[in-house]
Amino acid sequence: MRFAFTEDQIALHDAVRDLLNDHSNAAQLREAWGNETGRTASAWGALHAMGAIDAMRAEADGGLGFNEVDAILIAEASGRVALAEPIIETMMVAAPLNLVTIGLSAAVVTHESPFAPWADTAEVIIELAADGIRSRHRQDTTLTPRSSVDGARRLFAVSPNTEVAPASTEVALAFRRGALGTAAQLCGLSETMITVTVAYAKERKQFGVPIGSFQAVKHHLANARTKLEFARPLVYRAAASLRDRDAEAGVHVSMAKAAASDAAMVAAKASLQCHGAIGYTTEADLHLYMKRAWALGGSWGDAAWHRRQITNHLERAPIGER
Amino acid sequence: MDLAFSPAEEAFRAEARAWLQANVPNPPLPSGDTKDGFALHLEWERQLFDARYAVVSWPEEFGGRNASLWEWLIFEEEYWLAGAPQRVTQNGIFLLAPTIFEFGTAEQQQRILAKMASGEEPWCQGWSEPNAGSDLAGISSTATRDDTNGGWRLNGQKTWTTRGAFCTHLFGLFRTDPEAERHNGMTYLLVDLRQSGITVRGVERLDGDEGFAEVFFDDAFVPDVNVLGEVNKGWGVAMATTGSERGLTLRSPGRFLATATKLIELAKSLPDTATPELKDRVTQAWIDAHAYRWQTFATVTKLVEGGHTGPESSMVKVFWSELDVRLHEIALELLGPHAELIDGEFAHWMKGYQFALSGPIYAGTNEIQRNVIAERVLGLPRK
Ligand SMILES: Cc1cc2nc3c(=O)[nH]c(=O)nc-3n(C[C@H](O)[C@H](O)[C@H](O)COP(=O)(O)OP(=O)(O)OC[C@H]3O[C@@H](n4cnc5c(N)ncnc54)[C@H](O)[C@@H]3O)c2cc1C
Repeated sequence: MRFAFTEDQIALHDAVRDLLNDHSNAAQLREAWGNETGRTASAWGALHAMGAIDAMRAEADGGLGFNEVDAILIAEASGRVALAEPIIETMMVAAPLNLVTIGLSAAVVTHESPFAPWADTAEVIIELAADGIRSRHRQDTTLTPRSSVDGARRLFAVSPNTEVAPASTEVALAFRRGALGTAAQLCGLSETMITVTVAYAKERKQFGVPIGSFQAVKHHLANARTKLEFARPLVYRAAASLRDRDAEAGVHVSMAKAAASDAAMVAAKASLQCHGAIGYTTEADLHLYMKRAWALGGSWGDAAWHRRQITNHLERAPIGER
Repeated sequence: MDLAFSPAEEAFRAEARAWLQANVPNPPLPSGDTKDGFALHLEWERQLFDARYAVVSWPEEFGGRNASLWEWLIFEEEYWLAGAPQRVTQNGIFLLAPTIFEFGTAEQQQRILAKMASGEEPWCQGWSEPNAGSDLAGISSTATRDDTNGGWRLNGQKTWTTRGAFCTHLFGLFRTDPEAERHNGMTYLLVDLRQSGITVRGVERLDGDEGFAEVFFDDAFVPDVNVLGEVNKGWGVAMATTGSERGLTLRSPGRFLATATKLIELAKSLPDTATPELKDRVTQAWIDAHAYRWQTFATVTKLVEGGHTGPESSMVKVFWSELDVRLHEIALELLGPHAELIDGEFAHWMKGYQFALSGPIYAGTNEIQRNVIAERVLGLPRK
């Protein structure tokens, strides 16, 4: 048993984090909110150039052949900056199954996430259907725009214009990877919301003292931080279960997504409350992260959906817990 | 990241499981927080000790197996899953012993540890006083110098001392320098309760057991060899124990995994009352028990690789104590009109509920822990 990342995995994470700080900071994210694509100007190219987008693609297909554990910290880093790019869809869902050409991006629709973000700029639209994964060029679909609370997430309902045979049968694996990557992003978002709020609470003064010295404010943030502390290990464990093709990996992913969604909702609520009215403006950066958290909390199965999967599992299985 | 235990660890798990299956008392022992129950528990502790399962992680010379932290966790999982008795020696083996290993002299270790683990000398924790609970540095019991006899004379009172009425020894903090500032001038003393000058009065707890005690000191004597760490440096020594209390050792994940498993079985056995809403909460509690397990595995990995635990242990304490309350609340809701019964097959849920409610109070209240998280994990200003 060793439940920790390797130095290489951490170094890769740090490199991605630094890159994202350059290419996807709050100002750049605001630009994505305002532009035609909802995407950042340079982050995708930079991530691609460093190999991150193709990290999980097989080496034979031109990728790095990384597994879920290698990739999970990349996903978390992308969440920390609320990256406005289809990184989970491409890096974790499409590329590992070689469903998208290197350098291009993918959008994904599933029964649980019927609106595909950034589909209008994705070259490939992936459909996770009950009987298999279908992959189409964007031109072979009709996209109907929907509006997300998160101004960077350009959402589309997708209807296919062509009949195609499934390109892969790995529906469950693909869905789990998508849910897992999203759970990691939610952890990253929780961390950012807490960090931003702690910084604000140290600076903002009322009654002559920093608001962060008030116990009520402290306890909101302590709760959010504790939620995150106990969500993250479930995400990392699910990543390792998926890597190991554990028979119960699906349950482990559901535990991770349920916990990460809940933690992010708590962090968002606590952060807004501790900001006061400034947090209720779009001038403060907090809303960028909160809105992404709300959007992702409900994507790839919300917390209640994932708990239902676990409940069904527990009802079937005698629980020889390990 | 390697999620498998080694073959040796799995073999240890199998061995522990088999031994526990063969030896765990059935029917379960009565509460160890009563006089008679305590005596029966000491017999069980002796049996554990003789099989070298009482303190698996300790060195062999003190009755342990030199087991790794991983093996200790494995043992705990098996222990609670087997429905084995509460550990009435816990305040000694989990709270005092780590401090003795860190600060004690070789002589103290030889004299104290094995007897503590075998239950021959059960220890209680004498920290709280009537006017010093959360504000532990506010204690006023004193130890004054007795040069003639080479030791210290104790006066004052401790309270809420768990199982104090049944233990032979007490570890506690006493003021040795009345002039010193609050956190200074305290000394960590190891006290034999079997002497004139000490009066112990049992106090009935919420659940009806005489699990608390008040301990009165009237010129009681402690020899110099029973000072743990340095004189007047007791605060630092005591803080080492709080880490064990909040974090890993006192309440390991195995305990809550076992309760979660029992809760699932309870829900399955009551299909009429297990509404979808209640089942959802059962599932959430089960997820939380696993979250604690994996968070612990991350901590243990850090520790075995030479790292340390810090103020993060306050998050652990908040988490397990509130999880325990939720687990029992859900059970009571499932039981409906049977929840109030303290006889019959479901009685342990109400009993467990009452005990769970004390989790957010003892070992540093959760309000205090949240202050610690905010100030020392997040870096918010104290004032
Ligand atoms: C089951 C059980 C077993 C125990 N066993 C032992 C034992 O073996 N040995 C021993 O020494 N003690 C023991 N205790 C006592 C325990 O350590 C104290 O109860 C605890 O430290 C709290 O102190 P108090 O009860 O005096 O509450 P108080 O300190 O008076 O607190 C009362 C309330 O005020 C809140 N409060 C206090 N200060 C602050 C603050 N700064 N910020 C926010 N809120 C605050 C508390 O959180 C709490 O809600 C036990 C307690 C229980 C319930």
